[in-house]
Amino acid sequence: MTARALGTSTAGWLFVAPAVSVIGVFFAVPVFLALALSFTDFDIYALASLKNLRFVGLGNYLLLLRTPLFWRALGNTLYFVIVGVPLSVGASLGAALLLNAKAARWKPVFRTAMFAPVVTSLVAVAVIWRYLLHAKYGLINYALSGIGVRPIDWLGDPHWAMPAIILFAVWKNFGYNMVILLAGLQTIPEDLYEAARIDGASTFQQLRHVTMPSLGPVILLVTILTMAGYFQLFAEPYVMTQGGPLQSTVSVLYFMYEQGFKFWNLGVASAVAFMLFLLMFAITMAQLLLSRRQGVA
Amino acid sequence: MTLERSAPSRRATLGLLAGAPLAACGRAEVRGELKLWAMGREGEVVQSLIPAFQTANPGTTVRVQQLPWSAAHEKLLTAFAGDDLPDLGQVGNTWIPELAAIGAIAPLDARIRASSVVAPTAYFPGVWATNEVGGRQFGIPWYVDTRLLFYRKDILAEAGYAEPPVTWGAWLASMRAIKAKVGPSRYAILLPINEPEPLLALGVQQGEPLITAEGYGNFRSAGFKRALGFYRELFASGLAPAATSSQIANVWSEFARGLFAFYITGPWNIGEFKRRLPPGLAGRWTTAPLPGPNGPGASLAGGSSLAIFSRARDKDAAWRLIEHLSTPESQSRFEALTGDLPPRRDAWTTGTLAGDPYVKAFREQLERLTPAPKIPEWERIVADVTVVGEQLARGVVTVDEAAAELDRRADATLEKRRWMIGRGRAA
Repeated sequence: MTARALGTSTAGWLFVAPAVSVIGVFFAVPVFLALALSFTDFDIYALASLKNLRFVGLGNYLLLLRTPLFWRALGNTLYFVIVGVPLSVGASLGAALLLNAKAARWKPVFRTAMFAPVVTSLVAVAVIWRYLLHAKYGLINYALSGIGVRPIDWLGDPHWAMPAIILFAVWKNFGYNMVILLAGLQTIPEDLYEAARIDGASTFQQLRHVTMPSLGPVILLVTILTMAGYFQLFAEPYVMTQGGPLQSTVSVLYFMYEQGFKFWNLGVASAVAFMLFLLMFAITMAQLLLSRRQGVA
Repeated sequence: MTLERSAPSRRATLGLLAGAPLAACGRAEVRGELKLWAMGREGEVVQSLIPAFQTANPGTTVRVQQLPWSAAHEKLLTAFAGDDLPDLGQVGNTWIPELAAIGAIAPLDARIRASSVVAPTAYFPGVWATNEVGGRQFGIPWYVDTRLLFYRKDILAEAGYAEPPVTWGAWLASMRAIKAKVGPSRYAILLPINEPEPLLALGVQQGEPLITAEGYGNFRSAGFKRALGFYRELFASGLAPAATSSQIANVWSEFARGLFAFYITGPWNIGEFKRRLPPGLAGRWTTAPLPGPNGPGASLAGGSSLAIFSRARDKDAAWRLIEHLSTPESQSRFEALTGDLPPRRDAWTTGTLAGDPYVKAFREQLERLTPAPKIPEWERIVADVTVVGEQLARGVVTVDEAAAELDRRADATLEKRRWMIGRGRAA
């Protein structure tokens, strides 16, 4: 038999087989197993013997809906996303516009400096931020006292812990989006600005009617990516507050980590993962639909 | 080449590809090698006790692997799931029930009966009991850890008390006297509200079990409510600040400044206090056993044990190493190196411990230890006690609400355990 006799589809499958098997082994099978796990009460007793494993159907999901801490975690995560994403994208956009401005000097230096937090180790900078945020000896409170603000117990007060985490996350992440937005800004043709100037548009009008529409798809992409990342808030509370004070910084993922690895409730932890997936999927879809209707994407 | 012939060879290749990493994961077994996992400082110091063991057991080499405390519990469970546990290891004694329930650690009763070194009566009964699950002994206490009072003698004397309090009534009275003396900006006692141990210690003093044998929470018992009430009172009347441990920047300098006069903490702080307090404060602080509702009270039995894992290859050699680490001489040496308190009485009669005034209170307290409830779910229940205890300290809930909430949470956590008890599978 000659190679020509092999059907084109067989040859095609042969070529994609390595990729498909890798995706199958490292993605599809684990995801399917995790889904199956979320319908059982896999816990420390089941680890001892599978005889102690019970099929609970949607029990874990219903249990989560009745668990106050899960709602708390969801609320905290939404708080983080709703406040953090606009702030983060806003900071990135501001920094990108500043770097793209014609008057800006020393651009490579500023670009590197603002990108540096992205590539530094989160644990290392968290140590420094804990000092900055310290209620008595922190630099931030010292600066605030200069304008007459009474000291804030950033990481100890349930009302201020999440804002502190948001501040930290925005600082840590804005450089990444800034680079993407900067690339987007540089693709906007100069003649558009020239035409706008000839029509008598002010700087703000140029920003509103030239820059923003041209940057629309990039901003949409950046927002979706940032949101997907921010929904998975974990490392910041893990190193800064361990979920405290009064569980005000427990995120969905932190809750999942505690259930799965601290208490070994893998059934519940898998259910949390799928709930978070469904939520993120729905929100991303809604966002795409909304922007399609507005003609951005 | 035909398709018929190529298909099996493709399968064989795939099989090889899939099989190769598995083969590489197989454990490299070295004959006569004993693997020991130990945590933090203990893992570091235990190495210096090994040479003596190897001289006596020339055929065996001991490999010590150090784990960080923060990851140790997860590491033990994942290693069990992956069948990658060592021969023996240091195990926090509240983890014993969990590791015994999953069959990760082996019972030691026959070995203890035959041993000339490890005699149950030589140990403080409270800490020995933490290693017993369902009538079988799963670990040998290595060092013991408990919490009691560290206090400022001078502040207590200024408030009119020459001796530390022994009962809750006297304790409360002395704290009120201190508070009246030091005013609103200072306090009588420091109980970081994110630490559940002081509240639990007050709770176990009542003599009522925190969890019933049927697998229900027992936090609404009169005794535990008394403990909750006492705890809440400390915060409600301003005797203790409602602060977390991260809000107290430096507990030693605050103790030196007199921000608080009493502090409930463990033996590791004796060394820290000696090292970090300014020299002028020497002799102005000391330790005392925990007061109880009507007289000297119990405290929680913490610490670590040595256990043999079920899949150990050479359990006899592992047991010989445990015996070596459990002799009074090894224990004294270990204490000198780490400051960890020995769980055997005969290790206390010699060396530095015999004359140290700061550890005297611990020696007394060790006779009055109560193990935490011995169920695998205990850590989860402690997490709930932390949350509810913090709400109680902040005045968000009343004593009755806190007790009901603790029982509600414990009952939900223990649902699986009750199912296991119903089938006769829970130890």
